[in-house]
Amino acid sequence: MLLIECPWCGGRDETEFGYGGQAHVPYPEDPHALTDAQWAEYVFIRDNPRGPYAERWVHSAGCRRWFNAVRDTGTNDVKATYPIGARKPVTS
Amino acid sequence: MMVAETAALRRSPLAHREAEFAELGQLVPRVSLREEPFLTQVNLRVHPGSPALARIERELGLTLPGRPNTVARVADGSSTALGSLTALGSLTALWLGPDEWLIVAPDGLAAELTERLAAALDGSLGSAVDVSANRTTLLLAGASARAVLESGCAVDLHPRAFGSGDCVQTMLARAQVVLWQLDDRPSYRILVRGSFADYLADWLSATIRTEGKSR
Amino acid sequence: MINTNRLSGASGDRIDRTRILRFTFDGTEYTGHPGDTLASALLANGVLGYGPSIYADRPRGVVSAGTEEPNALVRLRAPQQATMLPATTVELVDGLVADSLSGIGRLDASERVPGADTLCDKKYVHADVVVIGAGPAGLAAAAVAARSGARVLVAEERRELGGALLDARAEQIDGAAAADWIKQQGRQLLEAPETRVLTSSTVVGYYDHNYLLIAQRNPDASGIAQRLWHVRAKQVIIATGAHERPIVFADNDRPGIMLAGAVRRYLNRFAVLPGRRAVVFTSSDSAYDTALDLLAAGGEVSALVDARPEPPQVLVDSVRDAGAEVITGSAVVGTHGAQRITGVRVAPIDADGAITGAVRELDCDLLAVGGGWSPVVHLYGQAGGQLRWDDCAAAFVPAEPVTASRQVIGAARGTFDLAGCVAQGQCAGAKAATEAGYRVAAPAAPEVRGAPRPSRPRQLWLVPGETADPADWTTHFVDLQRDATVRDVWRAVGTGMVSVEHVKRYTTISTGADQGKTSGVNAIGVLAEALGQASIGDVGTTTFRPPYTPVTFSLLAGRDRAELSDPVRTTPIHSWHVEHGALFENVGQWKRPWYYPLHGEDMEQAVLRECRAARTGVAMQDASTLGKIEIVGPDAPEFLNRIYTNGFAKLAVGSARYGLQCKADGMVFDDGVSLRLAEDRYLMTTTTGNAAAVLDWLEEWLQTEWPDLAVHCTSVTEQWSTVAVVGPDSRDVIARLAPDLDVSAAAFPFMAHRETTLASGIPARICRISFSGELAFEVNVASWFGLALWEQVYAAGADYGITPYGTETMHVLRAEKGFPIVGQDTDGTVTPDDLGMGWAIAKHKDFIGKRSFARPDTARTNRKQLVGLLPLDPDEVLPEGAALVEPPVQLNPPVPMLGHVTSSYRSAVLDRGFALALIESGRARIGEVVHAPLGERTVPARVTKPVFYDEEGNRRDGR
Repeated sequence: MLLIECPWCGGRDETEFGYGGQAHVPYPEDPHALTDAQWAEYVFIRDNPRGPYAERWVHSAGCRRWFNAVRDTGTNDVKATYPIGARKPVTS
Repeated sequence: MMVAETAALRRSPLAHREAEFAELGQLVPRVSLREEPFLTQVNLRVHPGSPALARIERELGLTLPGRPNTVARVADGSSTALGSLTALGSLTALWLGPDEWLIVAPDGLAAELTERLAAALDGSLGSAVDVSANRTTLLLAGASARAVLESGCAVDLHPRAFGSGDCVQTMLARAQVVLWQLDDRPSYRILVRGSFADYLADWLSATIRTEGKSR
Repeated sequence: MINTNRLSGASGDRIDRTRILRFTFDGTEYTGHPGDTLASALLANGVLGYGPSIYADRPRGVVSAGTEEPNALVRLRAPQQATMLPATTVELVDGLVADSLSGIGRLDASERVPGADTLCDKKYVHADVVVIGAGPAGLAAAAVAARSGARVLVAEERRELGGALLDARAEQIDGAAAADWIKQQGRQLLEAPETRVLTSSTVVGYYDHNYLLIAQRNPDASGIAQRLWHVRAKQVIIATGAHERPIVFADNDRPGIMLAGAVRRYLNRFAVLPGRRAVVFTSSDSAYDTALDLLAAGGEVSALVDARPEPPQVLVDSVRDAGAEVITGSAVVGTHGAQRITGVRVAPIDADGAITGAVRELDCDLLAVGGGWSPVVHLYGQAGGQLRWDDCAAAFVPAEPVTASRQVIGAARGTFDLAGCVAQGQCAGAKAATEAGYRVAAPAAPEVRGAPRPSRPRQLWLVPGETADPADWTTHFVDLQRDATVRDVWRAVGTGMVSVEHVKRYTTISTGADQGKTSGVNAIGVLAEALGQASIGDVGTTTFRPPYTPVTFSLLAGRDRAELSDPVRTTPIHSWHVEHGALFENVGQWKRPWYYPLHGEDMEQAVLRECRAARTGVAMQDASTLGKIEIVGPDAPEFLNRIYTNGFAKLAVGSARYGLQCKADGMVFDDGVSLRLAEDRYLMTTTTGNAAAVLDWLEEWLQTEWPDLAVHCTSVTEQWSTVAVVGPDSRDVIARLAPDLDVSAAAFPFMAHRETTLASGIPARICRISFSGELAFEVNVASWFGLALWEQVYAAGADYGITPYGTETMHVLRAEKGFPIVGQDTDGTVTPDDLGMGWAIAKHKDFIGKRSFARPDTARTNRKQLVGLLPLDPDEVLPEGAALVEPPVQLNPPVPMLGHVTSSYRSAVLDRGFALALIESGRARIGEVVHAPLGERTVPARVTKPVFYDEEGNRRDGR
């Protein structure tokens, strides 16, 4: 049971949150300007590293705010959480 | 306000369980449970720090709580710009999000409150939506109230972590609730969506019965 | 009844002889005392044997005195039902009834499911410091931490605090006898206001971020069988002690072969003499205490056999002085006996473990074996901790015993001396409390007497058989519960396996209910020998996974079972539906009326009647469950334009529009009608099951991609209660209900909505929306008026014979019109065009998913498309989900599939069965016949347009 630090509400159990996949994958400025391959990359393809990974979460059962987290996928350590729009912090 | 005959047609989600709650109180004196039906609830969205927020605070005579998961309250009968409303009882703002609050007031104020909030917003980014019928309110109080909640709520409710004037949106058993501690008795208000009210009442009732058998 | 093996004069034991408890085991009645376990009470009565082993059918007896027990499994029948428990962990109570288990377990279908009537509950708490295990190390840690004022929680698996100290006789701490020191520490814990002590409580799981699950067997509430504690801890101290290892030798499984530490525990804690004449076989120091305690209790010790050639002289002398022989540099190489051990064969072994001399026979009825101690590192391992092999301790120990939020102390860390355990505990308690924000200093280390530091054990896992080939060692048991032997390990290696994880699965060693607590390390040792590895540490360990001890499903479920297993969501009108005999359908968590059978009607008759009423008169449905979201802000029109595939920005205030939402991949995600309430305000409705997902979806885009859009969303699903009034007579009913409203088709057109006050004074919003093709209205009121509204509609429609209908009729009516249901006729792989709803795709604006329509896979013309199906036999109603194939296809796998039936009903208005289906190139197949293979038979059906009734839409405005 992960303990996830909502930037607003503080630490809560992971069951209060929804997962939103990789962070910092912006919706393309003009999808129609992309090739099929580029569009497919946006829609279907995400990184899958072992180690620190910036991902999106939403505090569904709490304040309903989306935010970003850097989680080590090997250890589940949540290195940082930060609001949407903020820069990804440097984590060790 | 609607006429009394029309108001009498309302039925709160847990009206049919009043006797059961009373009986439960006889059985387990360390905790009491009852429904507080028809509280006025208005969901307010407004940008923190905006002029609109300042106008709303003036209108309510209340500084909206900026600290997450806390409430701010205008006491009963206070004289504020909203005096005509608060004469009927207290008015409270619960923090729900960085730009979201729930204004809770006594029964019957939804239309006026929503209107005045909308007027104070004055076309600025924000919204005021009447959600009074969306949730009902349970009042759980007494020496064992925290022990009951601890059977189904993963948030730390220990007095060192959560006290009077704190509120939290979380899960109680398998229902989403807004949980709000009123005093150190302790008394808690549990705001729950109408469709989940019977489920939550079933769960609370079973848990209170068990708590009553604790040594 | 006499406890033949109970010691009379023993002092310091933990049983209460003043009270007699009666219990029944395998049909025979016995007595015991409070403080006994079922195993100790049986042993006191001379009962040592349990059911024979699972595969080899060999007699087996109790081996241990704790959770590590592999043999003594019982089924509990009273006071509670439990399918399988080690007798060593069952606390004796009056009236207990248990049976031994043998063979492969089977539940008797004629009996009630054990646990069906046991109620468990849960507690969620937070702690600054959790101490797992209240032996000397854990108690010392907890007492110091508790002094700091921190919130401390202590979980002890046994009934009493004290751990291994309770098994001892002579130890002293700070001048106090062990038992008195335990009492002192316990008192300190009780007096600390924020400290909670849970006894008979096993930490079964250690999860991410210090989340612990604790199974408590004696909760303080009557009627509750067990309680599951969910604990989030800032700091965790693991003080779980160590399990003693057996040694693998020929015929090492006979009843009467027990762990040396367990023998000592039965002697000193339970005042039970497990055998009259013992042999002690050891590779380390601790078993010397067992020999001495046996002798002191009046037992006979034939010999102590130490595998070490030169054990500490002081130990050897102490046993010899007490009158028993010590045989060094030797091992037990075989045993005799049938239902109980009668003797052992002892022979000298060399440094490599090979037998080097003549075999000597010794008589005994008890063989106490001490093969060294394995730290209980299960929880540490569950938390992700790595192990390393410690050659001095002869044990796998935590490689990183101290981290920022977790410490392992005492025997669990490989610290086997009492003084070290207590000192380590005190330091750990102080560190944990301080880290959690409650500064406290560790006291000076106490003086400990009577517990010398153990010397180095011999690493002996396997005593060879008297035949040369390990492939013949079929009674050298490695795992008693799984009946797995040295031969099995050799076989695994013979197949080429080298990984302990593979060998574990091949041999099933450590996969029993005891999870290899006594067999795990020996299996690795035997494997190391089989592989010719120099050190057991090179082989590595298997992975530790929760739960540490078996837990029942009823404990995991807690209260979330039967009617509370999942929330049942109901509408404000629910009680009316119940009173009027509705049958209910689960839609997500909602209970929705399915149909309302009148007296004697079956489902089909009821649904046909309800359908007829809607098509020819008037009918009503509770539609309150639809998701509702209020969308407010100057950019609300633009926002909906991006979310819906069709346009909403130009929708007039007072009007409503049906819309489709897609995900970025272009697949239909939800649909529904949105009303424009004001220039900057819409009310979106979603499908019943998708309300929360749609709100999350809207918030995701608003918060993460379009924060510049001035829009706010508020869920108002339960703010409104909705009653649909459907049928040619619905206008008349609405006119009676809302006399202030002009309900004429001209004044109140299709897809318009109006605010009004009903005759009863209730404020209402009425829409002209139809999900049936008929003239229809939806009346929305604040949900607390829902029941009143329903009753008013029912009364207003009485003269027209208004008929309540449920979800089944709704489905039939909409299917007759070809309206799809998202989640039934779609499955996340269906585009708007697949549904034949290309008309809902706006050409001149972008929206989520639009780009995907141009992808080659999405744009191809042979996709599965929604079409109608009319079985050639009109009486046929195809089952939903039925596969569809080309008529000439042979039904030999693999059968090429065209698609499947998504919706299928009997229609009142068509007087036949009909269906909707997703079929490859479906629209091009209209007019063709496809087949639905249904077991023995194949049903032909003609592909049609998905609209079966009133394709022109003439009925929408009523008569």
